[in-house]
Amino acid sequence: MVKVTRHWAGAMLLASAIILGAHPAAAQQKEALFGLHCDRTGATQNVGVFLCPGYQDYIALVNSKGGVEGFKIRVLEVDNEYKVPPSMEAHERFKKEGAVLEGLYGTPQTAALTSKLNEDKILGTSPGFGTAAATDGKRFPYIFPIAASYWSQAAAAVEFAKKQLGGNLKGKKIAYLFYDNPAGKEPLPILEDLAKIEGFEMRTFAVPPPGVELGAQVLDITGRYKPDFIISHLFGRSPSVSIKELKGKGFPLSKVVSLVWGGTEADVRAAGGFGIAEGYHTIQFAGVGDEFPVIKDIIAMYKAQGKPAPKEIETTVLYNRGIMVAAVHVEAFRNAVKAKNGAMPTSEDVKNGMERVKGLTLGGLVPPMQLTPEDHEGGGWVQIWTVKGGKFVKTTEWFQAYRDLIKKHLAAEAKSK
Amino acid sequence: MFHRESGTFKTTYAGDMALYPLPVARGTVIALFVLFVVVAPLLLADYYLSIINLVMISIVGALGLNILVGYTGQISIGHAAFMSVGAYTAANLAVRLDLPFWVTLPAGGLMAALVGAVVGIPSLRIKGLYLAIATLAGQLIIEWTINHVPWISGGTQASIQVPRPSLFGYELKTQGQLYFFVLFFCVLAIVATLNLVRSRIGRAFVAIRDQDIAAEIIGIDIFRYKLIAFAISSFYAGVCGVLYTYYFGIANYENFQLGVSIDFLAMIIIGGLGSVLGSILGAAFVALLPLVIRTVMETVGPLFFTASELPGIISSLRLVIFGALIIVFLVLEPEGLNRLWRNVRNYFRVWPFSY
Repeated sequence: MVKVTRHWAGAMLLASAIILGAHPAAAQQKEALFGLHCDRTGATQNVGVFLCPGYQDYIALVNSKGGVEGFKIRVLEVDNEYKVPPSMEAHERFKKEGAVLEGLYGTPQTAALTSKLNEDKILGTSPGFGTAAATDGKRFPYIFPIAASYWSQAAAAVEFAKKQLGGNLKGKKIAYLFYDNPAGKEPLPILEDLAKIEGFEMRTFAVPPPGVELGAQVLDITGRYKPDFIISHLFGRSPSVSIKELKGKGFPLSKVVSLVWGGTEADVRAAGGFGIAEGYHTIQFAGVGDEFPVIKDIIAMYKAQGKPAPKEIETTVLYNRGIMVAAVHVEAFRNAVKAKNGAMPTSEDVKNGMERVKGLTLGGLVPPMQLTPEDHEGGGWVQIWTVKGGKFVKTTEWFQAYRDLIKKHLAAEAKSK
Repeated sequence: MFHRESGTFKTTYAGDMALYPLPVARGTVIALFVLFVVVAPLLLADYYLSIINLVMISIVGALGLNILVGYTGQISIGHAAFMSVGAYTAANLAVRLDLPFWVTLPAGGLMAALVGAVVGIPSLRIKGLYLAIATLAGQLIIEWTINHVPWISGGTQASIQVPRPSLFGYELKTQGQLYFFVLFFCVLAIVATLNLVRSRIGRAFVAIRDQDIAAEIIGIDIFRYKLIAFAISSFYAGVCGVLYTYYFGIANYENFQLGVSIDFLAMIIIGGLGSVLGSILGAAFVALLPLVIRTVMETVGPLFFTASELPGIISSLRLVIFGALIIVFLVLEPEGLNRLWRNVRNYFRVWPFSY
């Protein structure tokens, strides 16, 4: 026992020496810090392992080309494992090290950090999650969805269904297949309103988490309800299961459109490959595929370092979203530096810079969004990409749908609080 | 090493009943008080205070679970659900009736205690793993209910924003201010637990854990005490949930899902079942070890990897090292960190002599 104890005393000493010795490297001049929350190991790791490398690679590319207006960008990434307490810890760390902005990750994490970000005056971006109400920059001054919210996506899905069904939805039946959590239920008010406006009938089919068993719901949809179109809003493993089940029941996948977290190359591969999923439509808030100059630049950058291109590029849906988020962050920072005539901007300057982001395209990878102090979503632009001949093919250009209805809901939401 | 126990005589009942009967205890308590109330908030940056805050909140939850699992021997995997009951009760009261935290906090605890006692009813008939599954069902039912009843959850987002706690018109919102808020309740919970486990109720819990039939024969009403154990444990969970709610400024049921229940079980198993100090050490261990691993890897890592490769490697390797260290600790001392600490203490108690 004595021996063990001695051993432990030694280990403790060593551990405390390591903790004391480990202090962050002193910040160099002309360096800006971006904080990135990420989930590479938790419940939604299927997203994080592709999205975060996209972000990191884009920043590395920007730095390799000389940085932003003379500033090098340092990314401090913290893996929150999709848990809330580590996100608070990460935020405090970003604040302590002087981050000018934060890329949030996860709906509950965004909710938990909303008041803290307001108090600390650091902006956080929440692309594709968080509440749709955060579009309203007056109510949520420091939260920026910077991508189509679930409301905008649902509106776009209905618009697309209308187009596919011959321009009229009157008397048509639409099934809404959704993951039974707050994010899954969020589009419901929009869909219900649209059902009234467009005159279609809608029925909802909830999938309880973790959503790996959809047999009953799909049988209900295909066997009993027999809808004209399905809007699916699933997460994690369930999109691939839904593709497999719908295919198995003989439902034409060309009459299915999925919101943004249900349509990645990984989902299609898990469902049995592109051959199985032929015709499956997906809503995207960033361009898909590797036909963009920025991706060619990243591959060239790796080549110049004598390394092969990272394998994450293959899941372009998520990798490109990482690039898009990074590009918007860089643009906001660039606006802030320009406004300060090259001096180091504060986090508030960067927030003001974010509210002036517009005209950023990256060769079509980024939607034609325009962020303003009122609209933190940037217009809710999406594209539809469809599985065709072994890859995702662009079916529509960037479009917005039913903006007036969404504005009406935002106003109502603002009034109710 | 620092003090001698011989020659300390207890001449009063109060002296005999003291939590720390040795004279050195007064010094330790004062030192701890100064450390946590004066030194820590003055010297530490917000970042470190935020970590301590999170640890202290989880200590409250871990103490509650330890009362149930460690002292009474009833396994529960529904602890996080009881936290959410407390969180939503307090959030609804704070938003709809505009009540201050000193009303909502006990109210959240009491509501959780009530729900906990109901979920605990099957414990009379079923034990061990079967009870674990019954409490798992409780977790899922509560999660589902909160998710589907807008009257509780406040809408589709199932999250309710609460105002920051305020005391005498003074709003507590920085990490430093919240530190004192959380510290107060954490200390209260620790002292209350220390006293609970040596009271009649606490002794009854231990008797039930060690041999329930024998406990019944010596006159302990098992049904009643098991329900009391569930209620007290859930009360702590509810308070923990309320503290999370005020700390984050939002009640959100996604913070209290099954995984969180498992995390709390891990805390008390690593820390030591059936010990107050174990709950504290376990909560600190589970929260701090990943940070220590990450800090070490961030310091050493850049020597081997580029800046864009490193985060992915840190994330994965951290889990591996964390898991491996838990195994190492448990193999080294299956009774947890509490026992480890006692071994160290006993060694130094008679140092430099061997016994």
